[in-house]
Amino acid sequence: MAEMMKGNVAIAEAAVRAGVRFYAGYPITPSSEIMEYLSWRLSEVGGSFVQAESELAGINMVFGASSCGVRAMTASSGPGISLKQEGISALSDEELPALVINMVRYGNGLGTLFSSQCDYHRETHGGGHGDYRCIVLSPSSIQEAVDLIPTAYELGEKYRVVVVLMSEGALGQMMEPVELPEFLEPKKNYWGFDGKYSYKKIGIFDRDSMKEAVELNKKYAEIKEKEQRWESEGLEDADYVFVAYGLPGRSTLGAVRSLRDQGYKVGLIRPITTWPFPENAFREVNPKVKAMITVEANATGQLVDDVALYTKKILKSDIPVYALPFVYGVPPMKEIQNKFRQILADEIKEVY
Amino acid sequence: MPAERKVPEMIDRPMSFCPGCGHGIIIRLICECLEELGQDQNVIFPIGVGCSSNLGGGLVADRLHCLHGRAGAVATGIKRVNPDNLVITYQGDGDAYSIGIAETTNAAYRNENITVITVNNTNFGMTGGQMSLTTMEGQKTSTTVHGRDCSVTGFPIRFPELVASQFHPAYVARGSVSSPANIKKTKGYIKKALQAQINREGYSMVEVMSPCPVNWGMKPIQAMERINNDLISYYPLGEFTEKGGETR
Amino acid sequence: MKVTVKSARCKECGLCYSFCPKGAISFSQDTNASGYHPVMVDDEKCIGCGTCYITCPDGVFHVLKSERGVL
Repeated sequence: MAEMMKGNVAIAEAAVRAGVRFYAGYPITPSSEIMEYLSWRLSEVGGSFVQAESELAGINMVFGASSCGVRAMTASSGPGISLKQEGISALSDEELPALVINMVRYGNGLGTLFSSQCDYHRETHGGGHGDYRCIVLSPSSIQEAVDLIPTAYELGEKYRVVVVLMSEGALGQMMEPVELPEFLEPKKNYWGFDGKYSYKKIGIFDRDSMKEAVELNKKYAEIKEKEQRWESEGLEDADYVFVAYGLPGRSTLGAVRSLRDQGYKVGLIRPITTWPFPENAFREVNPKVKAMITVEANATGQLVDDVALYTKKILKSDIPVYALPFVYGVPPMKEIQNKFRQILADEIKEVY
Repeated sequence: MPAERKVPEMIDRPMSFCPGCGHGIIIRLICECLEELGQDQNVIFPIGVGCSSNLGGGLVADRLHCLHGRAGAVATGIKRVNPDNLVITYQGDGDAYSIGIAETTNAAYRNENITVITVNNTNFGMTGGQMSLTTMEGQKTSTTVHGRDCSVTGFPIRFPELVASQFHPAYVARGSVSSPANIKKTKGYIKKALQAQINREGYSMVEVMSPCPVNWGMKPIQAMERINNDLISYYPLGEFTEKGGETR
Repeated sequence: MKVTVKSARCKECGLCYSFCPKGAISFSQDTNASGYHPVMVDDEKCIGCGTCYITCPDGVFHVLKSERGVL
């Protein structure tokens, strides 16, 4: 039975059901309801909750809990996720899985409270120091977010990577009917600390970065090959293909359907994994496509870089690639269609 | 009649500390205490960054290298999900106090049931002897070449006293490895700290005054004398808090 | 013999030498693999008190159980 739930609350309950037994974080709008909910909910299921003194401490507590093989999680937004980067790098280095939720809000520095996609580059192309990748999941509905939570841990534990749920402020704050996933038995991963040194580890100064690099590349190549997720529509005969994820992906789908009704041959790729980027979706695209168009809730156009890259790589084409950056909020269907017409009228210049 | 004295199995291998460094003594004391308390197969070490990092190679136990200063937070995460394991952070003064002041203070503030061992050698040893929060007034380091001027840097921090006076920890003490007698006393402090954790009394901390002959520009024995003659008067040894088995 | 010495671990810091109450410790003319002159214990002077073990940062010493309760 579907139940009307607020995004952040549904995500938090889904985490409990996915076997999360440790949460540490610091309050920040628009993600705080996740920790508020878990502050009382985790103790009901024998889990542990810590309101950390900072985002830095929060992610490092998650680092500790994950090292014991427990499903651990933290959530935040913009500036908070910036602080978490060193911990995400450390988790990645130790190959410890964890779920980091970013309910993205707009702006640099302190920023604003507007729902946004301005953290695309940071989440999908690294953010902390070093040479690592996180799997990044980008839901376009509360239901999809909830369904992706157990998936996030399956992927994280399979590949021993950090998984980021990159959502948007609006998704956390809105309400939709949701069917929550089943309860999973919480598990402790075999490699977790037990105080007996059951799982051998070499010291940091004895590690061989050259050897590790080979393994790392193998791992990331496998993730790229096997874990691309996306949704698409109307690609086979499309003259113009939109690419958009998250809530803008959802409104772009509406725009695409409306434009189709008006006779325009348009299609949509909606990445669900923004890393690995769903490059295989580009193989479904009409080889005679005239242009690619991203719809993004940021100022500078970030997704467009990847779309241009995979247009070159997969389509082997020099067609123009446009960005429609709406800065913040969820771009309305009507606005997307208007901008599309402006592209047709040559009033908007391509980015690539 | 001499009793047998043997380096505990957990650390019975070469360590890469400089000659005369106190770390090797402190680690041995911790491991001796763990053996004597029957806890050597029940311990996890979140390890700090700095010379304390060298512990990672020689110590055969569950151990996790933490980011610089964050061991207090990492230990919190570990202890909350593995409450039956002893959790001991091993950090230097630069790690625990300078960069990690927030995490170290807040773990103490929450009264986390962990044991924090901080090695106070009054400078950043690993990076070449820069000033830390515990550097003495007038002490020459690579970033206070004319001697520490406390009017612009602040005064050396006495962290255990802060914890003992402001929070509600289970056990707080300061020891030193500067003489056989001080080493024996320090071992007693470490054992009490670990016992407090076993008893689930809450936060326990032992700061240990330790020589850094290389960065102090001294022979090892002179470095020990510096602790005895110049440091202990500012950093007094002894126990600051003792709950005595009271369970929180 | 009251004390055994793992010469390979010795870093010649001299703490045992300085703290030994009986002056039983001296430095060898040999060098170990790390290039240090490792310590030696004069069994005649040694009383097996364990001060060397206590002050050694590098786990060089092993104080043996006393034989037949001498000392």
